[in-house]
Amino acid sequence: MRILVIEDDSAAADYLVKAFREVGHVADSATDGEDGLALAQDGQYDVLIVDRMLPKRDGLSVIGALRDQGVETPALILSALGQVDDRVKGLRAGGDDYLPKPYSFSELLARVEVLARRRGGRNEETVLHVGDLQLDRLSHQVRRGAEEISLQPREFRLLEYLMKHAGQVVTRTMLLENVWDYHFDPQTNVIDVHISRLRSKIDKGFAQPLLHTVRGAGYMIRDGAR
Amino acid sequence: MTALGKLFRTTTFKLTLVYLTVFALFAAFLLAYFALNTRRLIDEQITETVNAEITGLAEQYRQGGLRRLVIVIDTRARRPSSSLYLLTTFNGQPLAGNVTALQPGILDKPGWTETIYRRLDESESAQHAEHRALVRVFQLPGGFRLLVGRDLEERERLYRIVLAAGRWSVAIVLVLGLAGGLLVSRRVLRRVDAMTETTRTIMEGDLGGRLPVAGTGDEIDRLAENLNQMLERIESLMRGLKEVSDNIAHDLKTPLTRLRNRAEQALRVAKNDDEYRAALEATIDESDELITTFNALLMIARAESGQARDDMKDFDAAEIVQDIAELYEPLGEEKGITLKVEAATPTPAKGNRELVSQAVGNLIDNAIKYAEPCTEPAGGAPAEIVVSATEAGDRVLITVADRGPGIPPEDRARVVERFVRLEQSRSQPGSGLGLSLAAAVARLHGGELMLEDNAPGLKCIIALPRGGPVQSAA
Repeated sequence: MRILVIEDDSAAADYLVKAFREVGHVADSATDGEDGLALAQDGQYDVLIVDRMLPKRDGLSVIGALRDQGVETPALILSALGQVDDRVKGLRAGGDDYLPKPYSFSELLARVEVLARRRGGRNEETVLHVGDLQLDRLSHQVRRGAEEISLQPREFRLLEYLMKHAGQVVTRTMLLENVWDYHFDPQTNVIDVHISRLRSKIDKGFAQPLLHTVRGAGYMIRDGAR
Repeated sequence: MTALGKLFRTTTFKLTLVYLTVFALFAAFLLAYFALNTRRLIDEQITETVNAEITGLAEQYRQGGLRRLVIVIDTRARRPSSSLYLLTTFNGQPLAGNVTALQPGILDKPGWTETIYRRLDESESAQHAEHRALVRVFQLPGGFRLLVGRDLEERERLYRIVLAAGRWSVAIVLVLGLAGGLLVSRRVLRRVDAMTETTRTIMEGDLGGRLPVAGTGDEIDRLAENLNQMLERIESLMRGLKEVSDNIAHDLKTPLTRLRNRAEQALRVAKNDDEYRAALEATIDESDELITTFNALLMIARAESGQARDDMKDFDAAEIVQDIAELYEPLGEEKGITLKVEAATPTPAKGNRELVSQAVGNLIDNAIKYAEPCTEPAGGAPAEIVVSATEAGDRVLITVADRGPGIPPEDRARVVERFVRLEQSRSQPGSGLGLSLAAAVARLHGGELMLEDNAPGLKCIIALPRGGPVQSAA
């Protein structure tokens, strides 16, 4: 995947470029808004990572200009401003995701991968499959093999989100944002507890666990046999 | 500037001067109008009677000749009155009457004149020898001249009285007005001076100072009261700012030092990759905690400065209570605590959903943290946390009630402050910002956070005005 990092702090940009390359992606960087816009206009990148405060042209206006030109490359906004209304402003300007600084690389990576995948085609199938686990989004039925699993509504949405991003790392904040629609830090391991509950329903008693914990990053649902 | 100069420069005094001038002019105008009109009235009266008399006397002359006229005039002239008569021959030889010492040439011009004269019965040396009179000279057939007039003494006296009254009233108006103006100005000036004095001490750093309020409820009082409210707010903001900086210094430096020590120690002691890795992971954990604390501090500061007020929307408090309780419910269950939600009916409120959710989350998190499952009541019922959303008058109450150890009444005000953690809670993880944030969020919405005894346990109530914060206390 090709990633463009537009960030004026060169140390931070170098770190990101290096880190993305380490996990097998191609990454470039630009240090101001004008350069970033010029590079991004080709549309050859899969994801843009845009710092909000940039010299020459601020991040939101870079994204706005790209969208005006019909460049739909998904963009993740990085910003020191982490409040809800800042986020809303960022998303309204055409950003696809918003991550307040300071962030962890694993969080950023997980979000970037989800963004890039989303671009490859919306995952709108009505029935999601992971291994022998099956989730029907219309009838709200979940089965593992022949066994029907009954889930609470929130557990269903949690599993749905995980399965939509099967094979991808999903962080705790991503879950809180997308399943619960909260953008604050609950300060405790609430998400972990919900996951372990879900895990006991879908994995307990089966030889092959599907819901995995990714250390230091989050969770991933995947067919271990594959 | 001298004290008097300052007094003369006050708005009140200037206003007094303006009023005074207007009033004095008005009084003068009124009196002048009165005087002139009276004079005209008197003149008219004189003219009328004199004309009538002349007609009468001319008639007497026509009927009875000079002889009769002389008799009539003599009789009338002797009566003590202000009426003046003089009958002369063609060359001015007096025949009858009570007037002498007329201005020369008066008798030569028939018609109306004002003249000075002397009464015949007065001695020349008498003090008020000269009088003024309004007279009419009439040419009788046969060359005789008849002069009839009225003494103007009365008119003059009235005129003088009015003039004197005018002078006096203007003088009195000026004196009283000036004195009153000075008095009022001095009173206002004294109050303004007192306010200036107080503001100066406040500017010099004594934020506790308040403007004096006289208690009369007038405009200066209202101004002072409003300014005092403003000062109150500024003081609390400044106090908050000072607290934040103190707290940042204290509570952020401590973990930062720990972080640094750990890194240093790893460099010094670690022998292999595994040990480095462990040290680095611990460092990251520690910095994550720092970030969390920092975010919470920023959030509180933001809530307290009122910035998040732009983001107020209608929301259902009952829904928030259900959602947040659901989010934390497994956490409670893990510790053997039941979360009971009492929020069946929609409870509409206005505010920042995200912040209120976070505040409720903090309260539930606290309740779970401190409600030890081992402190089950004697009945054997599981420890229970009741979360509810109710309406009470024009307020929406979000209540989190636990059966934990509670907070002693004397500590309740203190725990809301940033970073305050009671001794018993030091062993628990947490930043000590949960209650502060809940309180800040409540205040942002124009409400309050109340801590009450749940007997046993703690009852935290976030009370929000239903319609959102009142923008200004008009």
